[in-house]
Amino acid sequence: MGKLKVNAEPGSHAIVMSRDFNAPRELVFKAYTDAALIPRWWGPNGVTTTVDTMEVKKGGLWRYVQRDDQGGEYAFHGVYHDIVAPERLVYTFEFEGMPGHVLLETISFEDHGGKTTLIDTLVAQTLEARDGMVDSGMEQGASESWDRFETLLQTL
Amino acid sequence: MMTTYEALADPTRRHILDLLRERPHLVGELVMLLDLSQPLISKHLRVLREGGLVHVRQDAQRRWYELNPEPLVELDNWLGPYRHLWAERYDRLESLLDELQEEEKNHGKT
Repeated sequence: MGKLKVNAEPGSHAIVMSRDFNAPRELVFKAYTDAALIPRWWGPNGVTTTVDTMEVKKGGLWRYVQRDDQGGEYAFHGVYHDIVAPERLVYTFEFEGMPGHVLLETISFEDHGGKTTLIDTLVAQTLEARDGMVDSGMEQGASESWDRFETLLQTL
Repeated sequence: MMTTYEALADPTRRHILDLLRERPHLVGELVMLLDLSQPLISKHLRVLREGGLVHVRQDAQRRWYELNPEPLVELDNWLGPYRHLWAERYDRLESLLDELQEEEKNHGKT
């Protein structure tokens, strides 16, 4: 239904993404907070996600591990700060492959007549970290030079 | 000592890497292509060297800056999850939501 919109203002520590879903927000919120549902969507194609820990409560820990078909493993973890069903989730996010770069993620679920607008705001600790995520091609339509870069890397 | 990631977190340095992946370059060539001062280019090259991303190959009188592919392969494994994470996972979320609503509807019928 939706198209992912990404906003990353120059000089801002934030990346704001929004997307519409043709489902009530209670269900979208559930997809984010149910350990049985996370593995069914939370990752790019070609990797499997397992929930290592998921304590959906204020101060609770979460940790997901992704595995690709080359044996690569990527783990992510954080702590829940605010959980306000079905409106808002606030938690920290850290990629274990890059320790020391913590993000604060806020997800708001807006109801629009039984459909949901999801707004995902990521705040990085430094401008460099934020720019690094943007330039890594997080947005749809990664810059062409970085696509070619990736192609080069595959050949090495 | 700058990590590879921090060495990459600068658009000028990424531009230098883009040029080096086409072929090795001399400092003077980079100065001209990027239209920046030699001290500034040298500073960026030092950061890239310390980040393990480039090395220098001496050829008679000339010093060629060349790309080191290994740290970038490692880094691409990190960039990979971010690069595809967002758009694809929202598509997967949408598919899941459609499935769940379909399941709910079918459950209601039985």
